[in-house]
Amino acid sequence: MSADILNVETLASRIPDGATLAIARDQGGAPMTTIRALIRRGARDLHLIGVPVVGIGGDMLIGAGCVRTYEGAGVTLGEYGAAPRFVEAVREGRIALKDSTCPAIHAALQAGEKGLPFMPLRGILGTDILRHRPEWKTIDNPFAASGGDPIVLLPALRPDIALIHAAKADRLGNVWIGRDRELMTMAHAAKTTLATVEEIVDGNLMEDELRAAATIPALYVGAVAEAKGGSLPIAMPGHYGDDDALLRDYVQAAKSRGGFEDFLVRFGARDRVAA
Amino acid sequence: MSAKPEFRREELLIATIARLLQGLSHVATGASSPIPGSAALLARRRSGGRMRVSILGSRKNAPFTNGGVELFDCAAEGRLDAFFLGGGEIDGEANINLVGTGDYPRSDVRFPGSFGSAYLYFLVPNVILFREEHTRRVMVPKVAFVSAPGTSLPGVYRPGGPIGLLTGLCWFRFDRTKKRFALESVHPGTSVAEVRAATGFDFDCPERVPETRAPDAETLALIRGPIAAEVAEAYPAFAERMFGAKAA
Repeated sequence: MSADILNVETLASRIPDGATLAIARDQGGAPMTTIRALIRRGARDLHLIGVPVVGIGGDMLIGAGCVRTYEGAGVTLGEYGAAPRFVEAVREGRIALKDSTCPAIHAALQAGEKGLPFMPLRGILGTDILRHRPEWKTIDNPFAASGGDPIVLLPALRPDIALIHAAKADRLGNVWIGRDRELMTMAHAAKTTLATVEEIVDGNLMEDELRAAATIPALYVGAVAEAKGGSLPIAMPGHYGDDDALLRDYVQAAKSRGGFEDFLVRFGARDRVAA
Repeated sequence: MSAKPEFRREELLIATIARLLQGLSHVATGASSPIPGSAALLARRRSGGRMRVSILGSRKNAPFTNGGVELFDCAAEGRLDAFFLGGGEIDGEANINLVGTGDYPRSDVRFPGSFGSAYLYFLVPNVILFREEHTRRVMVPKVAFVSAPGTSLPGVYRPGGPIGLLTGLCWFRFDRTKKRFALESVHPGTSVAEVRAATGFDFDCPERVPETRAPDAETLALIRGPIAAEVAEAYPAFAERMFGAKAA
């Protein structure tokens, strides 16, 4: 059995409206080509999970009205500043928020990949994050010698889909991710993983001893699509850097709703400015 | 006697943080932290390479192979000595707000989010609060949203917490028992009165407050040379703006 090799539009069509969609931080590449396809389709009501945060891709999905709920530890454009569409959507109350903290996202996914109902985590006590997450529970550590020792329990996260962009995949659906191991945890925890890659290679990545441990086995992967430059304007380590001009363009343009819509046209995510 | 070298505020902050980090084994920096990142690299150089430095967003300066979770796991095991946190708001009990002002969730001004603060603040023994902007907008009597509390109730597992707050104007030391900041030095060209006027919370203040030590010529040469080149990998825009430096 192997994963389906699709084009990006078809891959994006595997993400239904209303899906719980996990996207990783920008460090190892961002699934921008699929995000563009989701916006073109007019995807709605996504529950977006940042692992543990999202960048410009998340800001674009939120700005384009694709997201009902954002769950994560942050939305940031890094050196380029605040995420303008996210900030406005929050101010206008257009998205629901499940504010989190980075290790809580990781821990909840780890519970998910183990099929456990929850994971305990240190910290978090006495924060307003905890106060606004009624589904997070606090118990006393049952192993504490002298009683007390409160600790927070986080319900497992099992996203419908982990959406990633990686360096390469083979035709069997094995996806090489390198050192960005959160992608592995996401793939394990999610019901399926959809991956765009810079290149689809011949052979079997699992047979390469140096690569196998940094490869998501096809077992977890629903579909793969080739998308060269698929992370742009975000850097893809080993392939290309940030598209600085396009990121600057975005930060300026996305300050206003109209500017953002114009940007989406330039980015190929909309055919024309919505009336 | 040679004339005192001229320096920029960022260079003073880098040199000051590097002094605070002296003697530690493992220092990490988080999101959007070019000045702490530069300072950690400077401290590592001064340690003769003995200090381990982990810079989020860097591949060269990140000793991890288990993804983003590894930094947090390291912290929980006590393998991380220092980290940096900031805040859109910081109050006099060292509570920090990285979420927003106004009525949550509909924040009037939304900040990027809490990132790892709600965890690392509890677990890293030497958290340095760092925020360049020192105004009453940032240094507030009470934060609107607690992303991470400065102190915790007795019984809460908390080996970590803040040691102090460095701003564009001064360095405050934090007393975890008193839950208060004490002004320890003001940066060259800044007065105590100025600090008071810009701070929305009350703090302890000795009769005589020394000036933050200015970086010497050798330190400035390091910052502008090898450190600028090293930090450019993770913070290209900062390195170019500050030093005209490109990644090494």
